[in-house]
Amino acid sequence: MMSGTPALEVNDLRTEFRIAGTWHAAVRGVSFTLARDETLALVGESGCGKSVTALSIMGLVQPPQGRVAGGQIRLDGRDVAGLPEKQWEKLRGDRIGMVFQEPMTSLNPVMTVGDQVAEALVIHKGLSRSAALERARALFDEVKIPSAAARLGEYPHQFSGGMRQRVMIAMALACEPAVLLADEPTTALDVTIQAQVLGLLADLKSRHGMAVLFITHNLGVVAQIADRVAVMYAGQIVEEGPVAAIFARPAHPYTRALFAAIPRLDQPEQALAAIPGRVPSLDAMPIGCAFAARCEERRAGCEAPQVLAHVGKAHRARCHVATVATAFEAEDTAIHDIR
Amino acid sequence: MSAVVEAPPSPRVPARRKVLAKARSNPTTLAGAIICLLILAAAILAPWIAPHDPAEQDIMSRLAPPGGAYPLGTDQFGRDILSRLLWGARISLTVSLGAIALACVIGGAIGMVSGYIGGRFDLFVMQVMDVLLSFPSLILGLIVVALLGPDLANLVVAIALTAIAPFARIARAPTLALKERAFVEAGRALGFSHLRIVFRHILPNILPEVMVMASLWMATAVRVEASLSFIGLGVKPPTPTWGGMTRDGFENILDSPWLAVFPGLAILLLVLGLNLVGDGLRDATDPKLRNE
Repeated sequence: MMSGTPALEVNDLRTEFRIAGTWHAAVRGVSFTLARDETLALVGESGCGKSVTALSIMGLVQPPQGRVAGGQIRLDGRDVAGLPEKQWEKLRGDRIGMVFQEPMTSLNPVMTVGDQVAEALVIHKGLSRSAALERARALFDEVKIPSAAARLGEYPHQFSGGMRQRVMIAMALACEPAVLLADEPTTALDVTIQAQVLGLLADLKSRHGMAVLFITHNLGVVAQIADRVAVMYAGQIVEEGPVAAIFARPAHPYTRALFAAIPRLDQPEQALAAIPGRVPSLDAMPIGCAFAARCEERRAGCEAPQVLAHVGKAHRARCHVATVATAFEAEDTAIHDIR
Repeated sequence: MSAVVEAPPSPRVPARRKVLAKARSNPTTLAGAIICLLILAAAILAPWIAPHDPAEQDIMSRLAPPGGAYPLGTDQFGRDILSRLLWGARISLTVSLGAIALACVIGGAIGMVSGYIGGRFDLFVMQVMDVLLSFPSLILGLIVVALLGPDLANLVVAIALTAIAPFARIARAPTLALKERAFVEAGRALGFSHLRIVFRHILPNILPEVMVMASLWMATAVRVEASLSFIGLGVKPPTPTWGGMTRDGFENILDSPWLAVFPGLAILLLVLGLNLVGDGLRDATDPKLRNE
């Protein structure tokens, strides 16, 4: 909020992959903005385009396998979508950082972790190796790796999963990027470590005023860390809004189905509600609502293209049923108020 | 091999020194290293420790059996076998080291880049390598030496050429697997260029394989050099080479077996030493075994 420009603005992003010679869109017109010191959670099941969105923002979807076919990606107000590779290499790791899902394999097994953290600093900040290692030690302290100085000279296999993820976070934060993309950073960790890493991320975010795009399929994690939520399904954002609004009144049937699928400890006799069916494949994407085939509230009109429409303040959903229903609700309350 | 030595010394991380310490603590590696170092020392010190001039002919004591003034006997021209072995070590080591260093760098780079880029480029490069590989290395060496003429530099080029394809293959296979690993994508996400990823991140990962390969192929290079000398395409006489000496000794193997046996043993010893060192280096560079 320091300046008017958001840290990251994605507008109508379209990312395509080539399957058997034809291009199919894996991300279809995704738009969102991310302010400084804000965490947006991108939620959805596997294969819905969350990670592809993040990789597109990093400029890492590249021919021949894939391409960013349309849309703008504005980093600090600057459109970076069509930049040549050399310019991208200057931005990555410096202005925009990424933490990956797999801490066990995201580190080079034959380099010391200190050297790996220092490398980005040497490249982007022009530090000498010893200065970079000194900074790496400070970063290790910051991500709460105990006896940081001694651990700099160790190899990744000497670290536990949680510690490796801290190293990954230290690497991503080394150059103090404006935007951090966290692609399921806690999925591979056990629950107590998850909580520690989430706390650490939230702490670092507010200390550095970073914008964080947090990708997850775990709604419990969302509640813990996010300011806003965007739910993705089949390459589109189907619902977005403040975390409280979405948890209180999920509007899109898909979001509601996600909530219904969370096991609850306080209900002994529950039957877990799996969502029947599958995400439509990239080469068989319907024109209308992509969720219609699995939706319990399917009705006439679902086969038409859906738009994101308001269901509340800053809360939008891509479902004609939900957005009409809330319109009625709004009327109801209006009538109620008159009475 | 050279990469380990050239890596910048690190005040904080004595890992490179640990590799050598680790290798030294293994008795078979130690034995191999001692063999290689002794042969290396013999080659370097040949002018001072050789009891005779390797080309000096003592007609009076032709085909003298081992013992006396000629510890390993003399050949059919009365030249001292021991002195010729010591001088011959220079040729064997220069040719095998030079050829393998050349093949290792060129073949390794071709394999890594090809595997990293992948797709049709990889297919094309690897098929070219397959064509090279389809020639037996002796035949390929023979063609090159016949075209360029038999001298030391051409011998190095010829043997290097025969070893490029295997090095490209041994470098490509792990590169194919490594480029899919998350740390490559994580490196890209940190703004590392493709070149940096290939040579700074993938290379150290495949180095153990390449080094073991290099030690094995150094042994092969010693053998190919000996074979080329054996058929008369090596360094020209009277320069002593182990292969040439073995060939010359063959003519008299029944009545004067030491002529062929000692150079043969020298080749065997060098090949054995190189293999032992290669195995030891592989174990020592494996980070999982490094800091137990």
